[in-house]
Amino acid sequence: MLFIDRHFIHEVTSPQAFDGLRKRGIGVFNTKRTTATADHNVPTKDQHLPIKEALSRQQVETLRKNCAEFGIDLYDLGHPFQGIVHIIGPELGLTLPGMTVVCGDSHTSTHGAFGNIAFGIGTSEVEQVLATQCVLQYKPKTMRIEVNGPLDKGVTAKDIILYIISKASASGATGYFVEYAGTTIESLSMEARMTICNMSIEMGARGGLIAPDQTTFDYIKGRKFAPQGEAFDAAVAKWKTLQTDSDAVYDRVAKFDAADIAPMITYGTNPGMGIKITDRIPTTKELREISEHASFNKSLEYMGLEEGTALLGKAIDYVFIGSCTNARIEDLREVARLVQGKTKAPEVNVWVVPGSKQVEAQARKEGLDKIFEAVGFELRSPGCSACLGMNEDKVPAGKYCISTSNRNFEGRQGPQARTFLASPLSAAAAAITGRVTDVRELI
Amino acid sequence: MMKEKFTTLISTAVLLPIENIDTDQIIPARFLKATTREGFGNNLFRDWRYDAEGNPKSDFVLNNSRYTGKILVAGKNFGCGSSREHAAWALYDYGFRAVISSFFADIFKNNALNNALLPIQVSDSFLQKIFNALERDNAMPLIIDLENQFVMLRGDKEPFEINAYKKTCLINAYNDIDYLLSLREEIKAFDLVN
Repeated sequence: MLFIDRHFIHEVTSPQAFDGLRKRGIGVFNTKRTTATADHNVPTKDQHLPIKEALSRQQVETLRKNCAEFGIDLYDLGHPFQGIVHIIGPELGLTLPGMTVVCGDSHTSTHGAFGNIAFGIGTSEVEQVLATQCVLQYKPKTMRIEVNGPLDKGVTAKDIILYIISKASASGATGYFVEYAGTTIESLSMEARMTICNMSIEMGARGGLIAPDQTTFDYIKGRKFAPQGEAFDAAVAKWKTLQTDSDAVYDRVAKFDAADIAPMITYGTNPGMGIKITDRIPTTKELREISEHASFNKSLEYMGLEEGTALLGKAIDYVFIGSCTNARIEDLREVARLVQGKTKAPEVNVWVVPGSKQVEAQARKEGLDKIFEAVGFELRSPGCSACLGMNEDKVPAGKYCISTSNRNFEGRQGPQARTFLASPLSAAAAAITGRVTDVRELI
Repeated sequence: MMKEKFTTLISTAVLLPIENIDTDQIIPARFLKATTREGFGNNLFRDWRYDAEGNPKSDFVLNNSRYTGKILVAGKNFGCGSSREHAAWALYDYGFRAVISSFFADIFKNNALNNALLPIQVSDSFLQKIFNALERDNAMPLIIDLENQFVMLRGDKEPFEINAYKKTCLINAYNDIDYLLSLREEIKAFDLVN
């Protein structure tokens, strides 16, 4: 049984939970421990207008009504703190080291970057947390993944995690919580660490965490809901103790050398199907198990790709820069730095969707919007957007999209849409050339 | 929300011998806009089941009248990806009461157990045996005995694991939330000092 320090909710996985409370005639256990935002199906254009799509509008209105009735803080459309739930939690200082954090969303693992037990839950569990601030859980197994050494130019946190998942497979860490460690991980910014922890679920791990250090404390300092002044110093003293013991024993340990990691891209329909952007798609002969053949072939057929061929040079139709994996200000800065002064390929549609209103405001303050505009990229308003295509931002059937999001499942970005997962740099490079490109050639 | 008590299930099965079936396939995101738990069965496996015009695809197993029943048998790593409990609701709403696979994603497994849908993990070889046997004879029933924790294919018994607490919940149609609510005062005391 776990007491939950911080609970985040959004419009899609909470309505049935509130209904459950109503049926039982009970209130929310502790309203201060739950924060709500609207992100999954909100439009990323004209957010000041009523939502056009009736069912989406109803879901957001239901969230509004539920938060008002039960007394929960809501960062609604138009609020300066609105955004993707896993982006606003850390940026508001609601996510702090040593917490237990849950949300009805599998990418809750993102918050583990602060040294947290953070994991996604279903709606029945959302109801349990609202009603009792607790959930019942099995104790997970533990895995340590170490990455050591300096990264090559053009190689980012996204490439690290896509590389790890390609080695582990889409189910390789199911049943585990993962601790990421090693000098490469320690050298990363908080935003990059969040990208890594975010995708833990894509190899089956419900949670992924990184021990808090000075980088963590510097990030938290001064944030809206973080402890301030003396309280902050006292908290840091406590957070410093949240390190794994040097003699700790894990159920599994894996070690990687950063020098082996290159810009990565996925070719298939699960995030474990990743290769170095310069490699060929494997052949059925190279697969680990015969039982994988049917799924592998189905996957390539869906993607319209041939085994054993290269992806470099493959023409793409859409570029999506966004999602809880890669829509923070550092991601947008990196993209802007790469594309400044260039022009996007004319046939490619490029959507840049910031992770939150605060990210959007910061991007505008730094003039990134002007850079994007000059290149031909469209800076939109915050939301989950084309990561899961619940709003209008869908990739059309049969089209190829290079996406900075976290899932390349069939139909994820729209019915019959074909997704290549990659880093913001690789996505930006493809936007310029119109093709799958090794970003190292543009740096 | 527990639905009905689960004891023994004797049923024919529907075969889906594909690995890594993610919850986006079970119920695509664009169908998650309802604010109730009912009706998701209509869109179960929507994009594998229907074409863009909404016509049933004849090569998908749910559109093949040879295969019906309350048990879904699927390839390993079933239910990976999104935490949407709608996946469990859709399977239940369609009429499934158990899913058999050689491996389940964690969040899906919890969601299923919270909705009277029994996830049964069997060995790779037993899974293959079910696929082979039912491809030859679609009318052959499987027997699931939760009390004694086994699945039976003809005379072939395969034991399965289930958490003792969850088993009690399924057999008696208990909810986690009832248990947690009974501890509300203790939890309040904990909340005050943390």
